[in-house]
Amino acid sequence: MRIPCPYCGDRDSQEFVYRGDASPVRPADPAEETEFFDYVYLRENPAGPIDELWYHAQGCRNWITLTRDTRDHAISAARLTSEGKSA
Amino acid sequence: MTHYSLFTLLRNALTGHRHWDRAWRDAEPQESYDVIIVGGGGHGLATAYYLAKEHGITNVAVLEKGWIGGGNAGRNTTIIRSNYGLPGNIPFYEWSMKLWEGMEQDLNYNTMVSQRGVLNLYHSDAQRDAYARRGNMMRLHGVDAELLGRDQVQAMAPFLDYENARFPIQGGLLQRRGGTARHDAVVWGYARGASDRGVDIIQNCAVTGMLRGPDGSVTGVETTRGPIRAKKVGLSVAGNSSRLAEMAGLRLPIESHVLQAFVSEGLKPLIPGVITFGAGHFYVSQSDKGGLVFGGDIDGYNSYAQRGNLPTVEDVCEGGMALMPMIGRARLLRSWGGIMDMSMDGSPIIDHAPVGGLYLNAGWCYGGFKATPAAGWCFAHLLATDQPHETAADFRLDRFATGHVIDEKGQGAQPNLH
Ligand SMILES: Cc1cc2nc3c(=O)[nH]c(=O)nc-3n(C[C@H](O)[C@H](O)[C@H](O)COP(=O)(O)OP(=O)(O)OC[C@H]3O[C@@H](n4cnc5c(N)ncnc54)[C@H](O)[C@@H]3O)c2cc1C
Ligand SMILES: [Zn+2]
Repeated sequence: MRIPCPYCGDRDSQEFVYRGDASPVRPADPAEETEFFDYVYLRENPAGPIDELWYHAQGCRNWITLTRDTRDHAISAARLTSEGKSA
Repeated sequence: MTHYSLFTLLRNALTGHRHWDRAWRDAEPQESYDVIIVGGGGHGLATAYYLAKEHGITNVAVLEKGWIGGGNAGRNTTIIRSNYGLPGNIPFYEWSMKLWEGMEQDLNYNTMVSQRGVLNLYHSDAQRDAYARRGNMMRLHGVDAELLGRDQVQAMAPFLDYENARFPIQGGLLQRRGGTARHDAVVWGYARGASDRGVDIIQNCAVTGMLRGPDGSVTGVETTRGPIRAKKVGLSVAGNSSRLAEMAGLRLPIESHVLQAFVSEGLKPLIPGVITFGAGHFYVSQSDKGGLVFGGDIDGYNSYAQRGNLPTVEDVCEGGMALMPMIGRARLLRSWGGIMDMSMDGSPIIDHAPVGGLYLNAGWCYGGFKATPAAGWCFAHLLATDQPHETAADFRLDRFATGHVIDEKGQGAQPNLH
């Protein structure tokens, strides 16, 4: 699998560290325990497109938000996470 | 059902083995059942078998979207063991080991349970101490464990690389009662036992939705072969638990990941039992046909693709070369992948779903084959009595919310690291 880093171009997935689903958002303090439980533990776990975080550890060291299909690994979008959700 | 024995074998030999009965019935769906089990893997079939045998509940259907044993039950590396370290896990896996030990007599089926030993190697003082602790935990729970020094390991497995500069082998933790079993035979043996007691095994029947009553509780399932009603629906779908739970409006503390397995060409007897490398993730055993069966880490990112990628192949083979360099001379015959539920603490869930009529057997990660008999036993107990079985009482769904996680690895809520 190659990952299209917006900064470095297509790079082997081995250069990246995977952090997982990008959709859970840390609840703002003060938050209920149930909100934290939801954030830490519960996942959509979709069979289809998922937004997820990859860190280009052996490259530019940017965090990247990928949209990848979990059924066939087709990547439909890649953006720098620092640029926010809708780049 | 024909009772299998030396006598039936001889009688069928005389007629050229052309008159054996089918081992189990390929059933058509009925309108309704007392219990529906979704998923015809080892767990689902074992559940149906114990529901019928231990609880007398025989109006049961097992619904399988493909063919039974086509999922992880037929894809795993067949290792069975009960060398866990936490109180929530040890009694359950030991109960499973006891069921393995009696399985062939109970099922009247040769599941080729082979207690050839599972040896976990250690490569540092700290790892030895951790294994000593685990061994002590096991022995306190009445499970067999022996801490071996380097000489004892060398006598058992002289072909390992003892002089590896970075990871010299110092010894190992051995569970002699661990070993392997024939995965397909486990599926067929439970299917035969369940079918014989009246359970309908229905293949090519994918569940596509849940039927709900006026109060929201589950009253059956929608399938590709029409709606089927049931008083209770149990999910036992390995890597697809989130998909099925979503049909009931639930999110689970689970991600789906792919694990690969590998087999070499057939070789003469070489590896006495199961050996695991302690400095990387690599485990190997030898099948009765002679192939070296091995595996390592999951690919690491969410996947429903049922096949893995090359970096993990390379990583697993590097682990093998570091442990036993001679493996480099063997040709790889096949590799494949299976999709597993990776739970947030690496431990399973056998519990009521927070929706009436729905029951969960999920989150088995990559250790669920060894659990097959006890998972079936305990899930059947839950379905029949609405009470958790004593050995599975900690596998609760709400443990994540209440902080009672069972985290053998101490990794936290990071499923791809478990
Ligand atoms: C490569 C690999 C190696 C492994 N090695 C080991 C090992 O050495 N030791 C060990 O203990 N464990 C091991 N495991 C884990 C173990 O195989 C699984 O945890 C266990 O098999 C899961 O239970 P099961 O047998 O019931 O699953 P499965 O056989 O996967 O059964 C689930 C069934 O549900 C069906 N299903 C899914 N969705 C639907 C639907 N919508 N409708 C109807 N049916 C559906 C599937 O088709 C499947 O047949 C390994 C797993 C893999 C992938
Ligand atoms: Zn980059």
